[in-house]
Amino acid sequence: MIFEYAPAPESRSVVTLRETYDLFVDGGFAPAEGGEYLTTLNPADETKLAQVAVAGEADVDRAVTAARRAYDTVWSRMSGAERGKYLFRIARIIQERSRELAVLESMDNGKPIKETRDVDLPLVAAHFFYYAGWADKLRHAGLGPDPRPLGVAAQVIPWNFPLLMLAWKVAPALATGNTVVLKPAETTPLTALVFAEICQEADLPPGVVNILTGAGPTGRALVEHPGTDKVAFTGSTEVGRSIARSVAGTDKRLTLELGGKGANIVYDDAAIDQAVEGIVSGIFFNQGHVCCAGSRLLVQESIAGELLPRLKDRVAKLRLGDPLDKNTDIGAINSAAQLERIRELTDSGAEEGVERWSPPCALPSTGYWFAPTLLTGVSQAHRVAREEIFGPVLSVLTFRTPEEAVAKANNTPYGLSAGVWTEKGSRMLWTAERLRAGVIWSNTFNKFDPTSPFGGYKESGYGREGGRHGLEAYLG
Amino acid sequence: MPVSHTATAPEATTNRALRAFLHGLPGVDEVGARARAQDLATRSIKTTAKAQAIDLAISMVDLTTLEGADTPGKVRALCAKAALPDPADRTVPRVGAVCVYPDMVATAVEALRGTGVGVASVATAFPAGRAPLEVKLADTRRAVADGAVEIDMVIDRGAFLSGDYLKVHDEIVAVREACGPAHLKVILETGELVTYDNVRRASHLAVRAGADFIKTSTGKVAPAATPPVVLVMLEAVRDHHAATGARVGVKPAGGIRTTKDAIRQLVLVNEIAGPAWLTPDLFRIGASSLLNDLLMQRTRLTTGTYPGPDYYTQD
Repeated sequence: MIFEYAPAPESRSVVTLRETYDLFVDGGFAPAEGGEYLTTLNPADETKLAQVAVAGEADVDRAVTAARRAYDTVWSRMSGAERGKYLFRIARIIQERSRELAVLESMDNGKPIKETRDVDLPLVAAHFFYYAGWADKLRHAGLGPDPRPLGVAAQVIPWNFPLLMLAWKVAPALATGNTVVLKPAETTPLTALVFAEICQEADLPPGVVNILTGAGPTGRALVEHPGTDKVAFTGSTEVGRSIARSVAGTDKRLTLELGGKGANIVYDDAAIDQAVEGIVSGIFFNQGHVCCAGSRLLVQESIAGELLPRLKDRVAKLRLGDPLDKNTDIGAINSAAQLERIRELTDSGAEEGVERWSPPCALPSTGYWFAPTLLTGVSQAHRVAREEIFGPVLSVLTFRTPEEAVAKANNTPYGLSAGVWTEKGSRMLWTAERLRAGVIWSNTFNKFDPTSPFGGYKESGYGREGGRHGLEAYLG
Repeated sequence: MPVSHTATAPEATTNRALRAFLHGLPGVDEVGARARAQDLATRSIKTTAKAQAIDLAISMVDLTTLEGADTPGKVRALCAKAALPDPADRTVPRVGAVCVYPDMVATAVEALRGTGVGVASVATAFPAGRAPLEVKLADTRRAVADGAVEIDMVIDRGAFLSGDYLKVHDEIVAVREACGPAHLKVILETGELVTYDNVRRASHLAVRAGADFIKTSTGKVAPAATPPVVLVMLEAVRDHHAATGARVGVKPAGGIRTTKDAIRQLVLVNEIAGPAWLTPDLFRIGASSLLNDLLMQRTRLTTGTYPGPDYYTQD
């Protein structure tokens, strides 16, 4: 019999969208001097959500000046315990408003509500709670007897986890006594603007957090502004490179979290059904818009014939559709531009001769959608094995020996994440020791925790966020 | 489907061969199995889907009384309820079966005559199973002779845990034969097997020995039918089907008390084994108090209000 789950959409009524959103500078909302606005869309149906101001150089200057004043007069002078109180207050307000934030994040980004509700928002609150706890204990962090804040931090974050990336950046910066000017991505600015309201609600001193919306030029103006002491960026390797160039020669500190092409290694003795789950969450979580996604499956040749049908069977059960439906597993691609890029790269794989498979899957007629896709018969020489696709597309490769698995896993310009699936502890440790990646998951994938440092090797960037290590990027 | 290594059971049945087969099955990662079950528990089943699920669950209930204090009167009352769960609403489907101790089979068969509801019996020295094989076989034959159409047998957990898979296997084969035309449900008592690896092995062992159903528990041991255990058993029957084309049923029993619990089980069935298992022929829920909650939720859906517990019969 067919068991059709009835649609179970989360109510939009918890979200009050304003027509236009201005910049958040020095504790208040103010229009951009240039008077320019951009429109943010719901990627699931292409409807307009709101207009947000585009910050120009003058606005950046205003925000940096406000942040500097707040740093000099209030925030850096405050005791750690007092700063901690503000962070705890912010964390609690986030929890109280988590349903509203989850729905808004889902509308703005296109990711399923079950991920914003069950993953993003709990982690966002946890990051603020975690770093709130560090605020009065910095001298016990193993970073010297009297670690000092750096000053004003310029932070530029991506569209894949808008609020979570904000938390990763803002929480440690504030805990350590820095003030921030943050630019969210142009396609997903809305939860950052609600976060600005939360800062007001928490009575955070004006200027400690400033939020400037806009696109690439806004980010560039912010990063290049001489009044900032620290730049933190999460996004593409290409933009990261240009930021590194512009910061070179200044005394600004820089951390970069860039792209990835994570290997998910499945040995022949793995718990096969759980490995299939891990492969699915490794690449289809957040539509594959995850820099640490397990986008290259390396499966031992002797079990490839058994694993692949199971994987296809499982992928066929993924439910794609309305991101606000609580039963949706795969939501929309964030933007038309990203959809185009995924198409281009996936097509190039087909042209290069890899086999392409997607389950029978009805895509909604409006919005940006891409069916979950497996590319098999992939070799290291194919573009789809080398370049980051940043979409729900898994490249499947095989290996015969552990040495070969490690060699293939490391044979990439990136080094952000890897997964290893085996029931044998010694093989797990042998492999993990040899993988050149910042995070290695053992019999799991895409698990995050505020206490655990996260960051990359090679072209995946430098510096660590999260955990005690995450404090280091904001202390001198 | 390609040949799976879960499929290649050995031809010659020796303890060694069984051991090689069972220990050659892929392992189960506990954390991952729990996470998957937890993820499926967040499926939101509402309105039409919920109405469909409730009627399906009612038709899958093996309405059970397994108490030392059972009397013919109690069993007859249960049978009346099985055939007509809600006298106030004749659209409610009848349950899957009534499950009783062997000495109550004749009473139940008599009470259910003409209703279409079958009688299941926990023959085989339930719940411990600690009796000689001849006793278990006699118990089974007698229950079938009295009219039981389904036999719920317990496996010898002691033999399983000591690695004597052959003994477990041969007992199932023998009971299967003693059942004649009756269906055989093999109770693994997963709470005593403890690990998910053991649950997977016991599932394949029972299937290979001829079980028509594999069942989690007697209801006398906790934990019983937890979602991850049911998930592992559903994976076993799915793999068996992929390898041989044959479908074996699954019956969780013990601890399923609310409609929400039951619906979560149905979601597991739908997404792990597949929709083909969503029938009383391949999925049953062993329960006693669940039925009233299903009836209450059903009324809530049709009328919009919750009736009080006294609107449903207590036994």
